Amino acid sequence: MDTTTFIIEKGTIIVVVFAITMLMAMYSTWAERKVAAFLQDRVGPNRAGWGGLLQPLADGLKLFTKEEFFPNTPNKFLFILGPGIAMSTALITSAVIPWGDKFHIFGKDVVLQATDLDVSILYIFGVLSIGVYGIMIGAWASNNKYSLMSAVRASSQMISYEVAMGLAIISILMMTGSLSLKEITIQQAEMKWNIFYQPLAFVIFLVCSFAETNRTPFDLAECESELIGGYHTEYSSMKMGFYLFAEYANMFISATILSVVFLGGYNYPGMEWAEQNWGVNIANIIAIAVLFAKICFFIFFYMWIRWTIPRFRYDQLMNLGWKILIPLAVLNIILTGIVMVLFN
Amino acid sequence: MAVEQISLSGRKKVVSNKEMTFIEKIYLLTILKGLWITLKHLFRRKVTIKYPEEIREMSPVYRGQHMLMRDDEGRERCTACGLCALSCPAEAITMKAEERKPEEKHLYREEKYASIYEINMLRCIFCGLCEEACPKEAIFLTKSKKIANADYSREDFIFGKDKLVMPLEMAINNTKSNTAN
Ligand code: SF4
Ligand code: SF4
Repeated sequence: MDTTTFIIEKGTIIVVVFAITMLMAMYSTWAERKVAAFLQDRVGPNRAGWGGLLQPLADGLKLFTKEEFFPNTPNKFLFILGPGIAMSTALITSAVIPWGDKFHIFGKDVVLQATDLDVSILYIFGVLSIGVYGIMIGAWASNNKYSLMSAVRASSQMISYEVAMGLAIISILMMTGSLSLKEITIQQAEMKWNIFYQPLAFVIFLVCSFAETNRTPFDLAECESELIGGYHTEYSSMKMGFYLFAEYANMFISATILSVVFLGGYNYPGMEWAEQNWGVNIANIIAIAVLFAKICFFIFFYMWIRWTIPRFRYDQLMNLGWKILIPLAVLNIILTGIVMVLFN
Repeated sequence: MAVEQISLSGRKKVVSNKEMTFIEKIYLLTILKGLWITLKHLFRRKVTIKYPEEIREMSPVYRGQHMLMRDDEGRERCTACGLCALSCPAEAITMKAEERKPEEKHLYREEKYASIYEINMLRCIFCGLCEEACPKEAIFLTKSKKIANADYSREDFIFGKDKLVMPLEMAINNTKSNTAN
């Protein structure tokens, strides 16, 4: 393949994926409010556009026109860097997600993935753990004790839950024998979804992903009753918007990872049949739609949980992470090993 | 039965501080229960009243904005006795009395009338005591569903006679319909 077509092809995919991530994050803020309202027997935003569909735009406009406030901080650069890191780490994770198998355009195959790293899971974990720097740096540069408290909480929470998350993934890796998300997806074809083989790993991973994205019941970093606004107390205008936006982008990404690793990614029953009878393109359009349906389900699930369960206490959070989830994950690895030896 | 155990309402509950069972401790099942409850609410009827388009149903004894009445000949009934102001628990009413001139007989029913009559709508609690106190049946709380619009200045919420006195056309219509029967 010559370089120009390669660049055009990948460039298009990157731009499209970027746009979709932004769009999903934008409309997650709308969906969050709608879901919250519906779960509480209310109507939710319904004035801006039909059913409040223009609400995210109105919010963005408002955030842009707000005054940019700088606290009396010794380090303005870090203060600006914080939300930047939060946002960019949230966005670059999507590079390794396989959105579909491939399209057949102009007589050549276009793989629907920005890059098929063979260590994509490690890549994701690496980027995720950088994400906490966004919060740490921003909060520290805010020169505010509440922000600092929140940053300490956020980082210790993320570090503890990353351990359990990684251990949960190991049992999957033992089964698949590959770190590439594409490979993992392909192995789950025809309803051989990992969730059926590794339900325990799924539950652990799910719980940890709540902690990693800073969502209720683990949103102790921005616990209003104790810490005002948490790490974004001192932020205003679009810098604040970036933090909030990053949270939703993170939610989208972790919903994607959950669907790819456990729910079979873009696979759907009868995909092979569709490919033979309707052609590669149509089969893959359905595949993308299926993947997005799964993602939307998980995003809804995040919101559903948020409006159901109250926030944990900090010691409960640490107990759950270190004393329950990590031993469970280790147990799961051992069980997986035993089962693999016995039945293979 | 010991006194502590008697429950007149029948709804008394003894607080229990029992240990959580294993299933409750795992927490997952209880979360699922909670999710089920919230999911049911997702499909419930929404209770929101979309205000400007929809207006809440008012009770039959609803008390809305005040009106200073006119009699059958269109004259203002109020005689500025001040009983309404005296009875008002919120100190919302003020007025200034004036003597009626001979040529004003068609405007005011009594010899003394209120040249200024103000109700501070920010203070008023719509209790209706002014209406009860009035010996001349001059002030009533109407069923008007108009809700005072939000505004920036407090002065705009002090309603004077221009907003309180019954409009003339209304008085004319009332008299017409009364004489018709
Ligand atoms: S309704 Fe009650 S509070 Fe309002 S002016 Fe009359 S007496 Fe005062
Ligand atoms: S409204 Fe009635 S009670 Fe009040 S001053 Fe006039 S006549 Fe007296």
